Amino acid sequence: MNQLPDLARVFAYLSLLTVGGGMAAFPEMQTLTVDVHRWLTAPQLVHLYSVGQLAPGPNMMMIVPIGDWVGGPLGALVVLIAFFGPTALLTFMIGRWWARLENWPWRKSIQQGLAPVSIGLLLAGSFTLAKSAIFGLETAAIAVGVLLILQQTKVNPAALVLGAAVIGVFSFD
Amino acid sequence: MNEVVKEPLSQVDAAGLRGVSISQLFFEFLTIGATSFGGAVPYLRASLVSKRQWVSDREFVELLSISQSLPGLNATNMAILVGQKLKGASGAAVAVLGICLPGSLLMFAVGVIYRSHGDHAWATGALKGVAAASVGLVLSTVLQLSKRSLEERFDYLFVIMTVLAVNRLHQSVLVTLVAVGFLAILWHRPGRETGQETAR
Repeated sequence: MNQLPDLARVFAYLSLLTVGGGMAAFPEMQTLTVDVHRWLTAPQLVHLYSVGQLAPGPNMMMIVPIGDWVGGPLGALVVLIAFFGPTALLTFMIGRWWARLENWPWRKSIQQGLAPVSIGLLLAGSFTLAKSAIFGLETAAIAVGVLLILQQTKVNPAALVLGAAVIGVFSFD
Repeated sequence: MNEVVKEPLSQVDAAGLRGVSISQLFFEFLTIGATSFGGAVPYLRASLVSKRQWVSDREFVELLSISQSLPGLNATNMAILVGQKLKGASGAAVAVLGICLPGSLLMFAVGVIYRSHGDHAWATGALKGVAAASVGLVLSTVLQLSKRSLEERFDYLFVIMTVLAVNRLHQSVLVTLVAVGFLAILWHRPGRETGQETAR
């Protein structure tokens, strides 16, 4: 069964939703990859997303394993191109033009208007993530702890995620 | 205010002035792609502004705000914009390739390992911890962005509308983005009565 066209379609669509950050597309990613196409389970998606935060570079490389599981290495490549190609092209075409529109009054309106929406999308994504990731006191304590530490200090977020993994190994099960 | 940003962003001028080669550009972004643990933006700034001085601090902030308004991840959008500025289309292509290559290979390997060992007891424990931590991580990004870019009471209303549309009304992210985005942009339309806040 050839799923490559579906992979390309889904991830190209998802990429257009990543305004403000990859998390903005998370609710839709869960709907499409878990509920509609059943490429993986909700816990697997949450695990991949979370482990992906430990990898360097753009923080949505967790899409690569989904492509691999569905369509092998070629699937991984299709997903990468679908997810980064269209937005890269868009940024390439609009970016320079946008920089020249410094004096166009609507430019500021668009940036000011999209800011709260993209923050809302990130927040909505984090609630969707939390539904699968937070259960019970320990997970809630880890999430709040990470949030507080990041507000108070300049510690590297990846180090905190790694620390939480260690806590997880010793405290669960 | 310096006039550097006023210079034409033509690739020929920029590349000629700065003498950056395609391979330098590729390896710089490859290095960022391989080392930027915990979020690419601070690493981009350290490399492009402080170390290489390919863009000024003001340009960096400007390009970052463009990156945030456009679809796509900040890291890749920044790679496109800086690569384009320095070396045109081929610069943008090698920059985005460089920043994506290490993380995508690493996650490919992680995916293979996860599929075969993800259900071991120690792994499920670790994954629970990691998942919980990443909730805290996103929330911290949300707070940080809110402090920087929410300017007035109505902005919070747009945030709440967006969250409710996605999480409660189960609207698609696209519909929400277009609908609430349209309202919010109209609200922030040029020269509205309440007057512009002081420029940041």
